[in-house]
Amino acid sequence: MSGAFRIPGAGHIDRAQPLAFRFNSKSLQGCAGDTLASALLANGVHLVARSFKYHRPRGMFTAGNEEPNAIVQLERGPHTEPNLRATEIELYAGLVAASVNCFPSVDFDLGVLNRLASAILVAGFYNKTFMWPKSFWKKFYEPVLRNASGLGVAPDAPDPDIYDRLHWHCDVLVVGAGPAGLSAALEVARQGLRTVLIDEAPEPGGTLLQRPAQIGGIAGAAWAARAAAELDGLANVLVLRRTSVFGYYDHNYLMALERRTDHLGPGRAPGIARKRLWHFRAARVILATGAHERPIVFGNNDLPGIMLANAACTYATRYGVALGRRGVAFVNNDHGYALALDTQAAAGNLSLIVDARPAADPELARRAAGAGVRALQGHVIARALGGKRVRGVDIRTCAGTNAGRVECDHLLISGGISPAVHLFSQAPGTLRYDARLACFLPDRASQAVEVAGALNARLQLASALADGKAAAARTLAALGRAPAALATSAALTASSAASAGFVPPATVAATAAGTPAPGPVPDELHIEPLWSVQSLLGRKLPGKHFIDLQNDVTESDIRLAAREGFRSVEHAKRYTTTGMATDQGKTSNVTGLAILAEALGKTIPEVGTTTFRPPFTPVTFGALAGRDRGTLSDPVRITPMHAWHAANGAVFEDVGQWKRPWYFPLPGEDMQAAVARETRALRTTAGVMDATTLGKIDIRGADAAEFLNRVYTNAWTKLAVGSCRYGLMCKPDGMMMDDGVTARLAPDRFLMTTTTGNAARVLDWLEEWLQTEWPGLKVYCTSVTEQWSTVAIVGPNSRKILQALAPDMDLSNAAFPFMTFREGEVAGLRARVFRISFSGELSYEVNVPSWHGLALWQAVIDAGKAHGLTPYGTETMHVARAEKGYIIIGQETDATVTPQDLGLAWAVSTQKDFIGKRSFARVDTRRTDRKQLVGLLPRDKSFVAAEGSHLVASPARAVFDPASGSPSIGHITSSYFSPNLGSGFALALIANGRALRGQTVYCVRDAGPQPMTVGDPVFFDPEGKRRDGID
Amino acid sequence: MRYSIFSLVRQAFAGHRGWDEAWRTPEPKKQYDVVIVGGGGHGLATAYYLAKNHGVSNVAVLEKGYIGGGNTGRNTTIVRSNYMLDDNAHFYEWSLKLWHQLSTDLNYNTMFSPRGVLNLAHTEGQRDQYFRRGNRMLLNGIDAEWMTREDIARFIPHLDCSDNPRFPILGGLMQRRGGTARHDAVAWGYARAASALGVDIIQNCEVQGFAREGNRVVAVETSRGRIGAGKVGIAVAGNSGRVAGMVGLKLPIETHVLQAFVSEPLKPMLDTVVTYGAGHFYMSQSDKGELVMGGDLDFYPSYAQKGNIPILEEAVAAGLQMFPILSRVRMMRHWGGVMDMTLDGSPIIAKTPIDNFYLNGGWCYGGFKATPASGWVFAHTIAHDAPHELNRAHTLERFETGHVIDDKGAGPVAQWH
Ligand SMILES: Cc1cc2nc3c(=O)[nH]c(=O)nc-3n(C[C@H](O)[C@H](O)[C@H](O)COP(=O)(O)OP(=O)(O)OC[C@H]3O[C@@H](n4cnc5c(N)ncnc54)[C@H](O)[C@@H]3O)c2cc1C
Repeated sequence: MSGAFRIPGAGHIDRAQPLAFRFNSKSLQGCAGDTLASALLANGVHLVARSFKYHRPRGMFTAGNEEPNAIVQLERGPHTEPNLRATEIELYAGLVAASVNCFPSVDFDLGVLNRLASAILVAGFYNKTFMWPKSFWKKFYEPVLRNASGLGVAPDAPDPDIYDRLHWHCDVLVVGAGPAGLSAALEVARQGLRTVLIDEAPEPGGTLLQRPAQIGGIAGAAWAARAAAELDGLANVLVLRRTSVFGYYDHNYLMALERRTDHLGPGRAPGIARKRLWHFRAARVILATGAHERPIVFGNNDLPGIMLANAACTYATRYGVALGRRGVAFVNNDHGYALALDTQAAAGNLSLIVDARPAADPELARRAAGAGVRALQGHVIARALGGKRVRGVDIRTCAGTNAGRVECDHLLISGGISPAVHLFSQAPGTLRYDARLACFLPDRASQAVEVAGALNARLQLASALADGKAAAARTLAALGRAPAALATSAALTASSAASAGFVPPATVAATAAGTPAPGPVPDELHIEPLWSVQSLLGRKLPGKHFIDLQNDVTESDIRLAAREGFRSVEHAKRYTTTGMATDQGKTSNVTGLAILAEALGKTIPEVGTTTFRPPFTPVTFGALAGRDRGTLSDPVRITPMHAWHAANGAVFEDVGQWKRPWYFPLPGEDMQAAVARETRALRTTAGVMDATTLGKIDIRGADAAEFLNRVYTNAWTKLAVGSCRYGLMCKPDGMMMDDGVTARLAPDRFLMTTTTGNAARVLDWLEEWLQTEWPGLKVYCTSVTEQWSTVAIVGPNSRKILQALAPDMDLSNAAFPFMTFREGEVAGLRARVFRISFSGELSYEVNVPSWHGLALWQAVIDAGKAHGLTPYGTETMHVARAEKGYIIIGQETDATVTPQDLGLAWAVSTQKDFIGKRSFARVDTRRTDRKQLVGLLPRDKSFVAAEGSHLVASPARAVFDPASGSPSIGHITSSYFSPNLGSGFALALIANGRALRGQTVYCVRDAGPQPMTVGDPVFFDPEGKRRDGID
Repeated sequence: MRYSIFSLVRQAFAGHRGWDEAWRTPEPKKQYDVVIVGGGGHGLATAYYLAKNHGVSNVAVLEKGYIGGGNTGRNTTIVRSNYMLDDNAHFYEWSLKLWHQLSTDLNYNTMFSPRGVLNLAHTEGQRDQYFRRGNRMLLNGIDAEWMTREDIARFIPHLDCSDNPRFPILGGLMQRRGGTARHDAVAWGYARAASALGVDIIQNCEVQGFAREGNRVVAVETSRGRIGAGKVGIAVAGNSGRVAGMVGLKLPIETHVLQAFVSEPLKPMLDTVVTYGAGHFYMSQSDKGELVMGGDLDFYPSYAQKGNIPILEEAVAAGLQMFPILSRVRMMRHWGGVMDMTLDGSPIIAKTPIDNFYLNGGWCYGGFKATPASGWVFAHTIAHDAPHELNRAHTLERFETGHVIDDKGAGPVAQWH
């Protein structure tokens, strides 16, 4: 048995498939086709939650995405998911869920103590208090507030599931597969257009599944299934089930989230992405997102057992669940009245309809009488009674006189409708307030979109179907397709749709002026707006009168906000937090603003709505990230030699996306020992480094030399083919951006190298100037970083090693001088050999096409064996280059350093123009006291300063002194121990540093200032003798 | 009425009927000594300090919508003073000091919560940069602390401090005195305090032009008519270019969209603000339990006050690098604000070429934390027709002379800051 409250024979559930589940540690049973909410109700469980502020008992209030109360934590362990709505969770075997935000249990919750203080927990109370004593806020008040807030608990283990992402283009995207959406989709799909139909439910049908309905002689649900089958069968149509469209962005870009495996239960669909994020671009959109029902505010309107009328009807019709034994309905409109009667038809448990209007539609009144339901016209419910479940209601006449108490165990409410304008409004589209229907409706759209169905105030089945067709016709026309003649189309028309359970068709006479689109007129609701019973009766009534159930906002909170000057609807929202809970106010926003309007003596349209922000329903972060997780989040780039490095014990460091060998420790060596050994080898015998990661850009075209002349600070036009030059790039403000060696391969062709980390940025930079500033230049840039592998052979023995591999190449200084390159064969491979140096040693950088990179590397290693060749990593490279005073972009520079600051004025032309040149004439760049690059040697040779340390002029200034301002005169940019110097050493940027040569400055550190002597940044072989080797 | 637990209890017995308006809602007068354009935190704070520190209370704040509805009400509320360059460091440090006493000063709980701001480093180079910054902060008397990976793992248990992430965490620079505040409360608190000192706060009043005589502005043309002004200060954030354009000033400010997003409310899981160092992402947890997150600017300049998807996806992917456990948590809302980006990442709080027209703008991502000091020094600048010593460097001219204040060392492109 799947619950004592199951209505025999009713509902679209599969009684043959009972499903066991657990809620708050209780074992229960539901059926396939249930939601968690319907299964709980079938078992008579109404109390499922405690409210956020007052910890009041709460139950299911709706049957859908607008649910404010029934928030649960689903599953445990790595599959746990916080803050899900029980009304949206499809039941599966073994489901485990629990209430949130209550302690120790939902039945007995200590948080109710808050209720004692409820008189002060009004809107904005925390702004008015907790200020004294000052230190208590952070230590006491705030922690208490924080622990009290929040709903569910985040998982504490990584997510075992995967997610993916899809992009989809279509002619027409139909959102919502109720009668309007289905009829619109059928219409456009039959024309062969690329159509997408999306609905968040497991099956298309929308309200057809939620209320008794007949279309053309068949049941609504069967008609929906038939329509879905037809659409599924068309190759041009994509029907997405369990998919929520959550955002409507510019250019008809819509986002949707598909739940692909949740209904199966955790871990039951291995290898399948749990959710899929859809990116849609649609030529046209049809929104048929329906309407939410709205409550009426009265005393204790939050008790479990109180529910919106359409939810009650849905539970009865779709799930075959009765909410109790004895129900009362409270309505102010025909739609709600009819829903109550539909519920009665299925569940047979309604005893009374309390209708605030003097009279109901006569046809409905007849139905009520026929069904044995008493109707009280001109009456209201002043207060609900009960604790953990509604027990009864106090009724009054609209004049305020007491009309007695009626017992009941559930209560249906309908205060009107709020069309689901969210997506339309996001698009953005403007809304208009329709006083006749007492709701906001789509007005002007700013994108290629149509609205249909209940969203467009077509509440009756017949008119919704017709409205869907009309929207389709307009869509087809806009796409240049002849629409099928509207009225004569073979499919359904208004007249062929008989509606058993629906209110009578609209009176055609009521054609409103300013109807937004052609098509049938909006249906009549015969609503008498009733937002709050207190304000109708003009007196305070007992109980709490809730507007936003999830955030515990009451009517008096709104009135307080108005009184305190929070007049703007956005202010009132933020001050009271109305509509800011996880349901984003789907059942509370309009009521809140109506009561605000009343409190301010304004009309509802004057007050207006708050902004509708995406997402329409919450979106799982995992789905937004898709596959961009772990190592897939950003490519890991490795060189062809990577496997060799790894096999030979390299420790890697991340340089941008690249993995570069940092150092190659031998067994038992730490980093310091390894680097000392590598550095010595490079200076005494030879070292080899994988330099593949340096950015390489092939620059071609008749104007290539001129282009380089403009982007580099030094001159390039006269560089001979076969030669290389070190170049500096500045930004327009004259600050260093990148550096590197560029070679002239041919009169119209250069190979530029960039720093590893800046390769992409430099290419972007070149393209930006070429495309936006100098489109006239004939220059083409291609990244070839990945196409070439580079092996740097460095040190006194490098010539011998290379010679062994390239016997035909004349490597003499005369034939192959510094800063030139040669093409030839190295180790039997076609290669470009560059004689350049980043260490001050004789060195050759051999480039071969990447697929030969490893072969070359291996050949060099083998040939080097006899010559003491040692592989080294970036750390040794850093030490060696720093000994020579060579800068590294990003280490010696940030974007506030000029070439002149670094002593590189020699590489800045005074003749030609280039990017940044004009800035060197600015006051600030001409200052003589700018920070300049200097070398530092510690007095204590063993001292190696931490990079990022600051320098002060005297030991006394090594602490903060408010009286004398900032004591820092500069900072250390690079710092190492040099085995070659037998001392620590550093590069630093110091204000007016070059003038301080020979003087002592102090490096600030926790253990006391350390004296260091300022000198030249070149520590090793200042004459540059070594780069030519021993010829 | 003073706010306190006593007034709250007294009002509770009186059905909360005795609360006055938090701020008055007057009709605009014909003429004010000072007109402030822009009812964000900065405009309101400026008005408050004009009245409080300088005795200038014949002041109007003109707001085109509702106060706090611009970036003040859209931001992720990170407050910190971890600046490196002296010109910024002293300014923001003063701001932080004001934050620590703001609730008491305004008699309005702005919920400033010094839960710390932690910037993660993922590479050696990044670590060195944070060392440089942190050491400099200490020398400027600003708290800074290096946290190792192990410290961090203990402090933020949900953060992935293992070797698994694409860019493992190496350590981080922590400023404990930094934190977050409640954005709306800041606007409302300043408005209430300013109004009590006689400042007129005029909402739904859009400035559409300025009337000039010679090199002076004499009146402001608004959607609610002309309002005479002895002096005019603008504090309109992303609209700086537009409003300054109305007096013919062209500013070195670009307007870009910055997005933010929040999760559904969760039980406490993060007790600090933490920023990712290998991409654009940061996160804190509000007192309501929502995880408040943000990422990079949109790719192009825009005035669209709304979020979009590509940046969101990028930010979330970065966020899940840090907090893989968030994968099953859900985003509740996302939105955008229009940022006034300068070319060095630092604000302009200064006199302009027009005699009695003052500019407060160019706040980039970080103007919320500046709110108190910004109001403080802007009020000074307007009252004395000369900058305060804390904003002497934040001039318009610096972009001409090159004396830029590029704290990040990022370069002269708005997007890079
Ligand atoms: C998503 C996001 C995240 C952020 N995160 C942080 C953060 O974590 N920490 C931080 O310190 N900063 C942050 N910021 C930046 C911060 O929000 C702003 O720098 C700061 O709020 C600016 O305050 P303001 O008062 O100058 O501007 P605003 O609050 O934008 O106020 C300007 C006001 O001027 C009004 N206005 C404009 N034009 C006119 C006109 N013609 N007439 C009348 N009124 C006009 C606007 O309506 C607006 O209310 C963030 C910003 C965004 C968008």
